[in-house]
Amino acid sequence: MKITHEIKESTIVITLDGELDASSSVILDEELSDPEIMKYSKILVNCQNLHYISSAGLGVFISHLQRFEDAQIKLIFFNMQDKVRNVFEILGLDLLMTIVSNYEEALTIADE
Amino acid sequence: MNNSIRVSCTKKNLKLIRDFVTEYLQALELSDILMNQIVLAVDEICANLIIHANHEDPTKTISLAIHEQKSQLKFEITDNGVAFQESKYKEPNIEEHIRVGKKGGVGIALVNRIMDKVEFTSNGTKNTCLLYKKIK
Repeated sequence: MKITHEIKESTIVITLDGELDASSSVILDEELSDPEIMKYSKILVNCQNLHYISSAGLGVFISHLQRFEDAQIKLIFFNMQDKVRNVFEILGLDLLMTIVSNYEEALTIADE
Repeated sequence: MNNSIRVSCTKKNLKLIRDFVTEYLQALELSDILMNQIVLAVDEICANLIIHANHEDPTKTISLAIHEQKSQLKFEITDNGVAFQESKYKEPNIEEHIRVGKKGGVGIALVNRIMDKVEFTSNGTKNTCLLYKKIK
């Protein structure tokens, strides 16, 4: 799993590249646990190159979601592959998290 | 083609298991979504066995065998660790997990929702998990 970010004012775009399983999701957890991330009001997660997610990867997002919501930080996923989105859907997480088609839509939703 | 694989109990080996399942199922020409679901269900069971039943002890191993039966796939996963206690299992409440920031506990729910039948048995030393999925 390779994680990169791009920062523009109050927005951080996190790009995930690879697979998020019980082994690799630790890196993502460290990334989202970094107190620095709370400086941003919008966290946009680019999932274009996220090829796989297991419950461990979902668990990382599940475990941080409330903390972000409490701090009024928007967490938005975009460019998610259908097979990855399907895993969110199996647990109903697509209804509890914000998943949009592309970057432009993510920006629009983030500014609402 | 070889239908079984045995790996030592480290989380890094989950990728090996996923690659093995993917390669084995390639010939069946399943949809991307179905292929991913099946690989995911096997990965979830193996992750649980490696982490919880065998405490990531690299001297221990887990085995996976894939059997094709007519229009059904059967996955047999065995280990010698602590047996999964199905009777103590409770379906997770995801909204509650979000509220309290819980990280784990949704893997078996995924497996139950993906597979047609999930069975856990133990003879005291050897534990077996059987996963069944209709593919046609």
